Amino acid sequence: MSDLYLYILVMSVVTYLVRMLPLVLMRREIHNRFIRSFLYYVPYACLAAMTVPAIFFATDHLISAALGFACALFLAYKEQSLIRVALGACIVVFLAERVLVFVGML
Amino acid sequence: MNTFRKGIAGGIPIALGYFAVSFSFGILAVKGGIHPLTAALISLTNVTSAGQFAGLTIILASGSLWEMALTQFIINLRYSLMSLSISQKLDAKLPLWHRFLMAFGMTDEIFGISAVQKNPLAPSFMYGAMAVAIPGWVLGTLVGGLAGSVLPAFLLSALGVALYGMFIAIIIPPAKADPAVLAVVLLSMGLSCLFYFLPLLKQVSSGFVIIIVTVVVAGLMAWLKPVEEEPSDV
Repeated sequence: MSDLYLYILVMSVVTYLVRMLPLVLMRREIHNRFIRSFLYYVPYACLAAMTVPAIFFATDHLISAALGFACALFLAYKEQSLIRVALGACIVVFLAERVLVFVGML
Repeated sequence: MNTFRKGIAGGIPIALGYFAVSFSFGILAVKGGIHPLTAALISLTNVTSAGQFAGLTIILASGSLWEMALTQFIINLRYSLMSLSISQKLDAKLPLWHRFLMAFGMTDEIFGISAVQKNPLAPSFMYGAMAVAIPGWVLGTLVGGLAGSVLPAFLLSALGVALYGMFIAIIIPPAKADPAVLAVVLLSMGLSCLFYFLPLLKQVSSGFVIIIVTVVVAGLMAWLKPVEEEPSDV
């Protein structure tokens, strides 16, 4: 399993460099508008791509996952905190799966 | 209140949120056959939700180290923008070692509370936030990893959406305020689905799907809808 530690090493070194280099090297502001725009959109593109479609397969049933997703969208739209959105989605999945078990679909 | 204690105060709600989310990371890692302590080590050395989540996917799929490096680089590229923004808020005479240390705690949330502090930003504010948020992140992973194996399956299923819930909480409010961000979110979700369902595209590993979708969509929107000149005080 030494491979595992190699993965962790690569992961953490790259992650640290990405955080550290701009802070240490770049003392001036980036003026290239395209690069600034690209960097501005990156987190949203990446998080959205990671969430869909993966969230639909993260639970025991597609229906409970879809309801959890809908709940998270609603709470996030209402600008609730990270923890409330995350836990709200979990609770909805939990409740939905109790119902699915009850009606014999799970 | 000194800046370190102010940082701690700001870091407490972050630590609670981190605990819940890293709890599910610990569960996922252990489910994939990784020891809880190793999962905690990943959290301690990376302190990044999206990056660790994608990294775990690559580890479990036995992806290449290049794929790992490239994925971490692309997914965490946003931290460069944050570091850049914070670098504009620092005292020019600040000793270099502070920049090395602060960089370690540059997460979405710690950046968020630091970016709204008055200029110049005191490094001790970030250290205060890091002092509570990072232990929250690592402990959550450890507890999740340990409890994950004894928790009943129906609870694990419910907790499976926690991380995605957090991602949604990060992307939706800005998407509400900015139509361009909304377009980015919808395009990325759509493109990511294409990779999941279409034959041929389906064979691309999930780490690369994230890279490709991110670069294509962020690049396209940066070209179509470049951001306005930023205000001088960010």
